[in-house]
Amino acid sequence: MKDWEPKIVAFLCNWCSYGAADLAGVSRFQYPPYIRVIRIPCTGRLNPKFVLAAFRHGADGVWISGCHPGDCHYLEGNYYARRRFALLKSLLEYMGIEPERIHFSWVSSAEAGKFVEVVSEVTETVKKVGPLKYFMKKRPEVE
Amino acid sequence: MKEYIPKIREIARKLLEEEKVDAVLGFRKGTIPMMNEPFMARSASDVDLLYWDSNCGINLANYLHKRKEKIAVVAKGCDTRNIVNHIVENQVKRDQLYIIGIPCRGMIDRRQILAMFEGREIEEVDEDAENVIIKGDGLSETIPRVEVLQENCSICIHHNPVIYDEMVDEPVEEPDHVDRYDDIKAIEEMDPEERYQYFRDIFSPCIRCYACRNSCPLCYCPTCFVDESRPQWVGKSIDITDVMTFHFLRAFHCAGRCTDCGSCERACPVGIPMRLLTKKLEKDIRELYGYEAGMSLDERPPLDTYRPDDPEFFIK
Repeated sequence: MKDWEPKIVAFLCNWCSYGAADLAGVSRFQYPPYIRVIRIPCTGRLNPKFVLAAFRHGADGVWISGCHPGDCHYLEGNYYARRRFALLKSLLEYMGIEPERIHFSWVSSAEAGKFVEVVSEVTETVKKVGPLKYFMKKRPEVE
Repeated sequence: MKEYIPKIREIARKLLEEEKVDAVLGFRKGTIPMMNEPFMARSASDVDLLYWDSNCGINLANYLHKRKEKIAVVAKGCDTRNIVNHIVENQVKRDQLYIIGIPCRGMIDRRQILAMFEGREIEEVDEDAENVIIKGDGLSETIPRVEVLQENCSICIHHNPVIYDEMVDEPVEEPDHVDRYDDIKAIEEMDPEERYQYFRDIFSPCIRCYACRNSCPLCYCPTCFVDESRPQWVGKSIDITDVMTFHFLRAFHCAGRCTDCGSCERACPVGIPMRLLTKKLEKDIRELYGYEAGMSLDERPPLDTYRPDDPEFFIK
């Protein structure tokens, strides 16, 4: 367990947070290397089943990030998403996922600094809570 | 609630004879006790088969979506709220419907009665205003109906129809001071590990028959998420992760739409209390967005709208 590294799936909105990741890279900022980025067109595109699928495949944490309210490329996608996320987070925790495993943020494409901060914070909390215990699907054991 | 029967038949006969509707959707008496079945009366000669008692728990709104004909429906409180949902979601038009409103006093829980007399055959179940009378071989028992109500009916706060064209009787009194979320609050108090174990125990008997989905008036997608195969988001096995994922997403699809009619639990062959999930979402939506499903034709469902100042305490 000493060498355990968290796997964090990051769903980043194409127009903001993905741009922030790019800017952080171009600016040569250092941040923990445990996130796997999946680019989505808008946080409004995020279906809750993506999050459950991430856990099923063994992600230890999920982080969803998009544009600040009012800055959505599609004008209101993140407003709809915000309502969905509140319920999603609540129901996940209700069914036994630790609150430390699911994170949301608004990061604009100019906020490379905030991007690095959030990645560090997410990594830190997921590391603290340890490997995912439930909601991943174990492969059948073969002799 | 058997006293409603003559009035239901009278209204149905009038509608069919005057050709105001093409059919009347209601219930007829089932072939075994406590199992009434949905029934579509298409002519005045069918009308005398229409029936009503405390075993009409199936939600008739489930039979209305994408209908072309003009149709009358016998609807209790929760059914009418689902009809409102259907109209808001463009599954049926208001002017296609003639709603015969039932002031409902709650449906009885068949499973509970069967469990009370386990091993003995129940041949007939009758009822009056206060009691349920159970008869069988050497068996004659009278139980107060409040003791054998379905759980969702015992905490129901909308017994009366929210929309109707005609009522069969005076509205019943709605209870005040009902705490709908006792059980939810108890689960919220647990720590994550306990909660997971709790739900794992609850969902482990699930056989993925999808009766809960099929009986639910909200579930009308042309392709259900459980049937998607490319990509396949939800595993199809009865592995506990797959089962819990299925129940999670099924409940999530009903967020802001579920009227707590109890169809899912009623249909479940293994008795899973899946309303624990839908009720949690109902509670969240009430607290966060102050919305109650199926109460008004003029309000958009909560996940189909937003306010710029919606709570975002959980977002960094």
